[in-house]
Amino acid sequence: MNHLPLIIKREYLTKVRNKSFIIMTILSPIIMIALIAVVAYLSQLNNSKERTISILDESGMVESIFKSTENTNYVILNDVSIDDAKKQVEEKEQYGLLHISKGESIDDVLDGIKFYSKDTPSITLMEGLESKLERKFTDLKLQEQGVDIDKLKSSEARISIAQESFLGEKSSKIDNVVKLIFGGFAGYMLFMFIIIYGNMIMRSVIEEKTSRIIEVIISSVKPVQLMLGKIIGTSLAGITQFIIWIILGGILMMVVSAIFGINMAEMQAPQQELMQQAMETQGADMKIQSLISSIYNLPLTNLVIMFLLFFIGGYLLYSSLYAAIGAAVDNETDTQQFMLPILMPLILAVYVGIFTVIEDPHGTVSTVFSFIPLTSPVVMLMRIPFGVPIWQQVVSVLILIGTFMFTVWFAAKIYRVGILMYGKKPSYKELYKWLKY
Amino acid sequence: MNNLLVANSVSKNFGKFTALNNVSIEVPKGSIFGLLGPNGAGKTTLIRVINQITMPDSGSVMLDGQPLQSHHIRDIGYLPEERGLYKSMKVGEQALYLAQLKGLSKSEAKKRLKYWFDKLEIGDWWNKKIQELSKGMAQKIQFVVTVLHQPKLLIFDEPFSGFDPINANLIKDEILQLRDEGATVIFSTHRMESVEELCDHIALIHESNKILDGKLQDIKREFKTNTFEVGLVTNNEVNLTNLIKEKFDVSKADFKSLNDDLKLNIKLNDNDTSNDLLRFLTSKAEVNHFNELVPSASDIFIQTVKNS
Repeated sequence: MNHLPLIIKREYLTKVRNKSFIIMTILSPIIMIALIAVVAYLSQLNNSKERTISILDESGMVESIFKSTENTNYVILNDVSIDDAKKQVEEKEQYGLLHISKGESIDDVLDGIKFYSKDTPSITLMEGLESKLERKFTDLKLQEQGVDIDKLKSSEARISIAQESFLGEKSSKIDNVVKLIFGGFAGYMLFMFIIIYGNMIMRSVIEEKTSRIIEVIISSVKPVQLMLGKIIGTSLAGITQFIIWIILGGILMMVVSAIFGINMAEMQAPQQELMQQAMETQGADMKIQSLISSIYNLPLTNLVIMFLLFFIGGYLLYSSLYAAIGAAVDNETDTQQFMLPILMPLILAVYVGIFTVIEDPHGTVSTVFSFIPLTSPVVMLMRIPFGVPIWQQVVSVLILIGTFMFTVWFAAKIYRVGILMYGKKPSYKELYKWLKY
Repeated sequence: MNNLLVANSVSKNFGKFTALNNVSIEVPKGSIFGLLGPNGAGKTTLIRVINQITMPDSGSVMLDGQPLQSHHIRDIGYLPEERGLYKSMKVGEQALYLAQLKGLSKSEAKKRLKYWFDKLEIGDWWNKKIQELSKGMAQKIQFVVTVLHQPKLLIFDEPFSGFDPINANLIKDEILQLRDEGATVIFSTHRMESVEELCDHIALIHESNKILDGKLQDIKREFKTNTFEVGLVTNNEVNLTNLIKEKFDVSKADFKSLNDDLKLNIKLNDNDTSNDLLRFLTSKAEVNHFNELVPSASDIFIQTVKNS
């Protein structure tokens, strides 16, 4: 008698109808978007504030480089002593005063540059000023050495090395960044999914134990069926939640950015910074085009198929372990000792993914970890955008499926015995004995 | 084919611990079979083997002449001692779910549930959550779910725990009625008075071994001591007692009576019948109480367990 659909349906409906599940589903994206909006709004507020900075250039060398912009207003002071200038700036509540003192030579002047302000100035502002001054003084020094600046500028060469594999596949730095984002996103999604919904499965197994319904159910259903039904039902609920999050998040994002006029896309996520750096080296007009083409260049079909295979395989592998833990213990506090061995490979996978795959997607470490079943889903998903030979992908998936079947068998054994055990906090030794019952 | 369930030398070990050691039982069709034994004797393990929750290491179980198979799940209704329901699920939904797991169609399950809910007057609980009900109320629902699919074999493990006397009686009557309608019942309990009331067969398990089984009546006959409780009206108690002591084994008895009689337990001599005793007594005094001492299930239980 196959009760699997019935069990899946019950698990799914109970999860989805659960009040805290509903609240979390609706509230999470709202909270996330609200947080992003607040941060974005505040940082915009900060940036858009007009700053006035007074410049007292006693050397007379660099006055010309300070041109007021939208956000920063430069006021050039002339013929005042530094003390008067300070007083003046403070009275007018200006942001700060840049003082360039007189000097015999350029080197002397360089030593005598100071910035006065009421509060500690922001790092970006200081960096901006520094780079402005550096550029100007470099030019001045070059001139002093008798170098023709115009000639120097015109003879600067810009290089962007075109990359091509031996098979003729073209790639570029921007491609790599796009690949990284795709791989990282896939790996991270899987990681989050396993942690959130693995825990949910574990709790639902524990609930069945504590409410003592388990023996009633087990007298009509095989434990393996119950376990699989639980895993699948909970996963479907999880997918539902994820989809709602994405849709709701997207809608809210649009609404919020429409209302507050904040361009969320301009938020400086670390990846975007990377992307910008990559893009800056290319011609500006090519930016968008190359971005789109690099997305098209990704092995998309391969990526989607493998994403599904590794996602499902990896998720089922871990969730059956979570189910076994749930069956082995009586309450959630007892789960700690068993959680660590599960979380370790998962965290390791993410670290390997972030640190090794980025550096060298086909190096020994990345390759090895993309075959080990507990880490392969995350690591392989991160590697695939960089082009992994099909045989490697197939072997890795096969290993994963083999391990998954073994784990389900193993988990089912623990589950079968564990769900009927009460009042004992089992040790690893005891779990081993259960395998033989 | 008079036995619905036959277990043939079933053994089960958990590691070094032996939970069942060559236990065989035969449960006749249409009987109420008491499975008795002290805590930890192995009753629950045996029940779990019958329910195919635990697989035996050796031995076999036959249901209705066939070795146990997974489809037999539908022929068995099991109310475990450790029982509960999903706390946050509604009563009706939950009962439907459990009934469907036993192979009933949704519409059939609904129809039968309505019948039972009306019968036990719990119809208005349908949309309540289990956590809103008392323990006794939840037990009633569990009982309904156990019998709903009209199994041939019903297994109740401590069915009356958590019930008040009124509801316990109600459930007892339902069990008897189910038996009369043709179901066979295995009944595991520590409460000897309900064994006395309900069971016609018993098996006693102690420390993983079956130490006694058979018809309750036969077992009682086996355990009877041929002792009679006697109430005598007399002026001279000491004299009369001594007179009887000359011929029989006598001890003091204690039973409720309207009169201030001389109360004695008298054991029959080997070749005597109860009539011989009665004749002897009537010749000496007026007899207003004469009753054979039948060993209670409780006595048998304690005695057997102690002796083994």
